[in-house]
Amino acid sequence: MIFFDRVSKVYPDGSVALQNVTLTIEPKEFVSIVGQSGAGKTTLLKMLLAEEIPTDGQVFFESSDVHDLGKNEMNELRRKIGMVFQDYRLISGKTVYENIAFTMEAAGKTDEEIEQDVPHVLELVDLSSKIWNFPKELSGGEKQRVAIARALVNQPDVLVADEPTGNLDPVNTYDIVQILKRINDIGTTVILTTHNKGIIDSLGKRVIVMEKGKIIRDDKQGKYFI
Amino acid sequence: MFWTNFKRISRTGFMNFWRNGTVSLASVFMMIVTLLVIGFIIFGSAILNTSLNALRQKVDITVTFIPTASEGDITNIKRSLENLPEVSLVTYTSRSQALEDFKKRHENDQSILTALNELNENPLGASLDVKAKDPSQYQSIAQFLEGNNALSASGVTIIDHVNYYQNKVAIDKLTGIIRSADKLGLAIAIAFILLSILIAFNTIRLTIYIAREEISVMRLVGASTAYIQGPFVTVGIIYGLVATVLALILFLPITYWIGNVTQDFFIGMNLFSYYLHNFLQIAAILLGSGIIIGAISSFWAIRRYLKV
Repeated sequence: MIFFDRVSKVYPDGSVALQNVTLTIEPKEFVSIVGQSGAGKTTLLKMLLAEEIPTDGQVFFESSDVHDLGKNEMNELRRKIGMVFQDYRLISGKTVYENIAFTMEAAGKTDEEIEQDVPHVLELVDLSSKIWNFPKELSGGEKQRVAIARALVNQPDVLVADEPTGNLDPVNTYDIVQILKRINDIGTTVILTTHNKGIIDSLGKRVIVMEKGKIIRDDKQGKYFI
Repeated sequence: MFWTNFKRISRTGFMNFWRNGTVSLASVFMMIVTLLVIGFIIFGSAILNTSLNALRQKVDITVTFIPTASEGDITNIKRSLENLPEVSLVTYTSRSQALEDFKKRHENDQSILTALNELNENPLGASLDVKAKDPSQYQSIAQFLEGNNALSASGVTIIDHVNYYQNKVAIDKLTGIIRSADKLGLAIAIAFILLSILIAFNTIRLTIYIAREEISVMRLVGASTAYIQGPFVTVGIIYGLVATVLALILFLPITYWIGNVTQDFFIGMNLFSYYLHNFLQIAAILLGSGIIIGAISSFWAIRRYLKV
């Protein structure tokens, strides 16, 4: 489903973010990527969304090279990949409802579909009561749930979560991980990057360890090990 | 889908304008400044044009004929002058009219009137006042009169004198001033308009800079360029619309206040009545400028953040 083929990224100042990374992710997998800050985890995810261009190698989503897509195809691809960030990246001028609705509008969904699906996806992340609040009126955990709801609402094939619990307390961290597990259980591929040992150990799923831009371990049912 | 998107983009644009009150207020304020500059340039050029036209009206040349010139010969010259493309108006003053005017002008100067009475006959010749379409054309009119065109049927010149050469320095100076004022006015107008557009553009750029993170998120959730750009361009248009309405209202007291001053200063032109008479044209210019500046500024400013 996702294939990184000998991908390298070297920035103009000479710093190396990725070195010859080859990686395959199958449909419905739950993959955790761990590693110290600067190991190349986020760069790897950015490559998948074509936010970064590789210096060498190719990134495939299904059969398409993501860096060879035209603008419209790129938008289509991004609608198939739901993205959750550590800093939530909600649109501050829009309510919870509008933040999620925007993603559906961008995908060309009708008003009826939006009115039906937004409350439903908010129920899934247990945030129905905050539907008309603005992001600044929410706690960190609530913001991250909105971000997950936004990533899920178009029923993506893949959910990419880049350190989604980095700013959260243990209780909220636990809740978010449970939501990610539920999402994976219903058939969505999940790619998670994290520093949290507890999360990795409790998941018992595939773990990829990165160091200095390289993959140094890839275990089918791994534990946190750096 | 087009109408659904259009509706959504407009609604989002209006909502963003309303919700970002302070930013909107600052942008509208800067846009008002820009539109006021454009408005003042329109008024300035109107004042300049009226003043220059009034000055142009005051310039003419007078052809004075010898007292023995026949009225028929003078009428012939008048007709050939009127046929010149440079000439806009020729006014004939007969000998008796010239005498009457002379007496009227010197009614308090008893010695001149007595001397005139002693002459028994009218010493003044008839004259033609010639107005050119442009002050620079008096030279060619004067040359025309110097040629064979001003000869009577008997081949003798009937022109006593043409006052162009006495007034030549003043006329040349005025022509120069009018030309430089036109050029300088245009250059200043362009410089000020560019400067104010730049200020408005930068203000809008700043508001979009604030939203750059959100723009990249919109990109990452798969929104198309037009769908991201649309609301920002709508907000830019709203800035232009609101600023135009406010600028048009502001011009009422401003022109009313300046109007009285300009009337005394600039040859009878009242800026307030000029504003009211030309309200629709001025409103259209300001509205067009406001909307175009707002829309284009937003369009350009957002482009760099769409490269994600």
